[in-house]
Amino acid sequence: MIFSFLIQMIVLVAVLALVGPILGWAIARVMDRPLGGDSLVSKIESGLLRLCGVDPTQEMDWKRYSIAVVQLTAVGIVVLALIQMVQGWLPLNPQGFDNVPFHLALNTAISFVTNTNWQSYGGESTLSYFTQAIGLTPQNFISAAAGIAVLMAFVRGIRSQSSASLGNFWVDTMRAIVWILLPLSIVLSIFLAGNGVVQTLSRGPHGIAVGPAASQVAIKQLGTNGGGFFNANSAHPFENPNATTGLIELAAILLIPAALCFSYGHWVKRKDHGRGLFIVMTVFLVVGMGICYSSERITPSAPGQRSLVVGGNMEGKEMRFGIPQSVIWATATTAASNGSVNAMHDSFRPMGGFVTMAIMALGEVIFGGVGSGLYRMILFAMLTVFVGGLMIGKTPEYLGKKIEANETRWVIIGLIMPSLAVLGGLSIALVIPGISTLLTNPGAHGLSEVLYAVLSAANNNGSAFAGLNANTPGMNTLLGVLMLVGRLAVMLPVLAIAGGLSVKSPGPDTDSAEITRSLLFYVLLGSIIVIVGALTFFPVFVLGPIADALRH
Amino acid sequence: MWNWTIWKNALTDSVKKLDPRYQFKNPVMFIVWVCALITTGSLLTHSTRLNSSLWFLITVSVFLWATVWFANLAESVAEGRGKAQANDGIPSDREVIQGVAAVNESALTIILICLSLIFVVGFATLLPVARFLAPDMPNAITVIQLAALLVCLIPTTIGGLLSAIGIAGRDRLVRKNIIAMSGRAIEAAGDVTVLLLDKTGTITHGNRRATDLFPAPDVLPEQLADAAYLASISDETPEGKSTVELAKKLATPTILDGNYSDAEFVPFSAASRMSGVIIGDRDIRKGALDATIKWVTECGGAVPEAAKHQAETIARQGGTPLLVADNGKIMGVIALRDIVKDGIRERFGELRGSGIRTVMITGDNPFTAAAIAAQAGVDDFVAEATPQQKLALIRKLQAEGHIVAMVGDGTDDAPALAQADVAVAMNSGTQAAKEAANMIDLDSDPTKLIDVVQIGKQLLATRGALTTFSLANDIAKYFAIVPAMFTPIFPQLSPLNIMHLGTPETAIASSVIFNAIVIGLLLPIAMRGVTITAQPLVTILRRNLLIYGVGGLIVPFIGIKLIDMLIGMWI
Repeated sequence: MIFSFLIQMIVLVAVLALVGPILGWAIARVMDRPLGGDSLVSKIESGLLRLCGVDPTQEMDWKRYSIAVVQLTAVGIVVLALIQMVQGWLPLNPQGFDNVPFHLALNTAISFVTNTNWQSYGGESTLSYFTQAIGLTPQNFISAAAGIAVLMAFVRGIRSQSSASLGNFWVDTMRAIVWILLPLSIVLSIFLAGNGVVQTLSRGPHGIAVGPAASQVAIKQLGTNGGGFFNANSAHPFENPNATTGLIELAAILLIPAALCFSYGHWVKRKDHGRGLFIVMTVFLVVGMGICYSSERITPSAPGQRSLVVGGNMEGKEMRFGIPQSVIWATATTAASNGSVNAMHDSFRPMGGFVTMAIMALGEVIFGGVGSGLYRMILFAMLTVFVGGLMIGKTPEYLGKKIEANETRWVIIGLIMPSLAVLGGLSIALVIPGISTLLTNPGAHGLSEVLYAVLSAANNNGSAFAGLNANTPGMNTLLGVLMLVGRLAVMLPVLAIAGGLSVKSPGPDTDSAEITRSLLFYVLLGSIIVIVGALTFFPVFVLGPIADALRH
Repeated sequence: MWNWTIWKNALTDSVKKLDPRYQFKNPVMFIVWVCALITTGSLLTHSTRLNSSLWFLITVSVFLWATVWFANLAESVAEGRGKAQANDGIPSDREVIQGVAAVNESALTIILICLSLIFVVGFATLLPVARFLAPDMPNAITVIQLAALLVCLIPTTIGGLLSAIGIAGRDRLVRKNIIAMSGRAIEAAGDVTVLLLDKTGTITHGNRRATDLFPAPDVLPEQLADAAYLASISDETPEGKSTVELAKKLATPTILDGNYSDAEFVPFSAASRMSGVIIGDRDIRKGALDATIKWVTECGGAVPEAAKHQAETIARQGGTPLLVADNGKIMGVIALRDIVKDGIRERFGELRGSGIRTVMITGDNPFTAAAIAAQAGVDDFVAEATPQQKLALIRKLQAEGHIVAMVGDGTDDAPALAQADVAVAMNSGTQAAKEAANMIDLDSDPTKLIDVVQIGKQLLATRGALTTFSLANDIAKYFAIVPAMFTPIFPQLSPLNIMHLGTPETAIASSVIFNAIVIGLLLPIAMRGVTITAQPLVTILRRNLLIYGVGGLIVPFIGIKLIDMLIGMWI
């Protein structure tokens, strides 16, 4: 079994390391290309922009860019919530589902608009084909594209020669959709449909749930969305029928976040830096997978009894994926802020569950969401140059731009807001009357179930531990707020930093640049990520998964 | 450091600073202050109801107050030293020092506040968590435990020493006889990438000096010296004086002892560009090359090619040749040269080592400038510079992202000084220059900028080192306190007590005590500053990370264990 684990992990990392740079180069090219052109895609791009009434030549400073981000988020939430609340009267509803209640509709709308894709509902038993295909799927594209757009604005701030412009949010978003996400999704959904993933608009025989799944699965994986067509997500045979589709879907989770590291290297003309960030992320990922695997390979047994099963902890895992692919998927999906699952994390042994929670608690920077993972990682890199710069007696400088009081403030705010939301959300969740009745487990494991939910929401991951019935007005509202905070309270500080940096002129290539070229920098970066995460969450993790693990 | 008056004043001062209105200005220490108040309050009111031992409550209360007080003391001692220095005759306006805006300090303060906020929220969460996990244990986690945990985890070490570091840094400048009017400039000093220096009075001694005498082909050296001496005895300019000094070494004794009260002096004028003396029938002149040649030719004398050649050589080397003529006969050439200050070449080398490019600015012609530049070892020079050009140069360098330091003393330097990021005016300079600058060097020694740079770097590095140390400490404190707090809820957590601390109470008390005394132990480092050596930056970073990061990780494990053992002997 260990060979199966190692081989799949090595294949996954190799795919990322080989395809990542190529895709990264391509993404860097298309995001930086001038508007217009004769190709079909350029015509679609400019046509759609005209249709949306966007003036593509308008340059936005950080405030205008932020307003555009908030506008898109707000409109997306309202439209998506409305579609759900009237789906019973809309077409493409062969199962005749009712309108979705307000609190669930709002939660789901925020969830998909913020690229979280937390699901308080079961897809096949709640949402019509119309809602899934016309409501949710477009948001899968838009939310991922918005992440790339904000990253792009950040990049422009970092590399600009004292100009206030960060580009145009609408153009950046549209460009990410038509040049990156759509082509990749089309290829992937055709592959998936050809390999047994369901794609139909008709009602399934004998009440079997089917639907237009393949097209949603493709973007759900590629856009680090993760909201499954079916409740069982990628553990469901119609979403993920075999180990081959499993491995492809797995690679799709990490593909764009990994590629963006290399794009970043091109954008800021520091390929070594993009590569360095990729390596740091990969090291965390591999270590996480290793710990998770070593936890799950052990067969659980009740104290004093011999286990009746062999071959590790198979509870909540699919036979066709086995422990290796389940463990790799679980680590990848929580690392990349994807949130799709092919096994039930609640049934992992406590240390395995700890890995999935810890990797989210690090701030969704181990690849993280499309765009969002990298810009959060860059915030950490800025914190690292702040600490490192001080240690050598230099005002901190990141890629030639000085990190001063204004930037430092937004860096730290962007980094801690999701954590504050997690901790605050945990307090509120625990004082909701009757919280215990929503949980399947008491004590430490019950705490883990709640902790997982708030971590997943506030870090825009969206995967569920299971074991918590989150579809109550209270939990839906709380998690909705957390998702919104986790998205905007990072995006807006990032744009503020971009605005602050953009008007500065880059410094000469001094010795300070040597720091970001050294291995030591990446070691320090990794240590800071671990220490910030550990300092924030050590006590609750001790009381949750660690107490749970030591009990066994 | 061990001046008793300073300590006596600091002791009273630090107690006065326990005033909450004062503490509020430092949010990190204010949190400690509030925690100390809560702990003392519950000690005085509920002590019987909380199932904690009396010694534990007293120890925690006392050391929480001690944490605040140590931080006050650190600040007061630093201030006291600054004041003592100021009383030693150096005019240092305390208002100016207090009004200093420290940019980087405020950036760091934001980080410390945000970290503290995370801990406040994180530990407040533990109350509902404990109630969820152990509904039948209402006092599973006590307020005192939470207060102790909070104080140990928030960055009190750096929070308590931050202002002392800043004050000590400015104090080190004062010690070097430099008055800083802006904290921003001190911090910027560590980042200076280009240093502009005015040549005259900064790199060279203010005036040119006569360094050599070159006799004409048929003239003896003594004869030239005699002529040069006579031509200059009435010349009160520095050039004249230095010529007299040089000529004295060679001139014949009879000339030196002669009485020249009847001599008629010919003063220097801009028109003639010569000066001299008429003693009886001897008419001796010295002056600029072309002027003297003209005079000699008018007197009917000839100018030997060798002398002309010699003069040109001197000019090419950056010196100023003066021709000496006696009754229309060329006697030889006096070489006036700029004398580069002693040791300046080495100091510029040091600057280069720390990544700073030196640029000399002078009104001289390019030949002279190049020669002096080579002699002084500056990296670059700008010749024939006007005040406008100096200003334009600084603006251009700043637009390229350089941090520019400027050392100057003249009124024509003032605009450039006002534009530079770090502007050091010589105390000997004009009022305009001093007003435009943000630092004044009382010793008028331009190479002191090296010290300013060093102190600026030290200031940042000390903050960075103590921040890293403070945060690295937290890991050990978690391992001390968290198992102690949570084992009543989950007995299975006892393996996390990796230090094998005696009891939950001794574990928490030891952490609080360690946290308080570490402020005192680190005070000397805060005052002295972290050493920054002239090594590659990555090497410095590695070294400091090992000492303060890895050290900060290990030290508290040892310290807390030792304190725990000590407490264990008494309890």
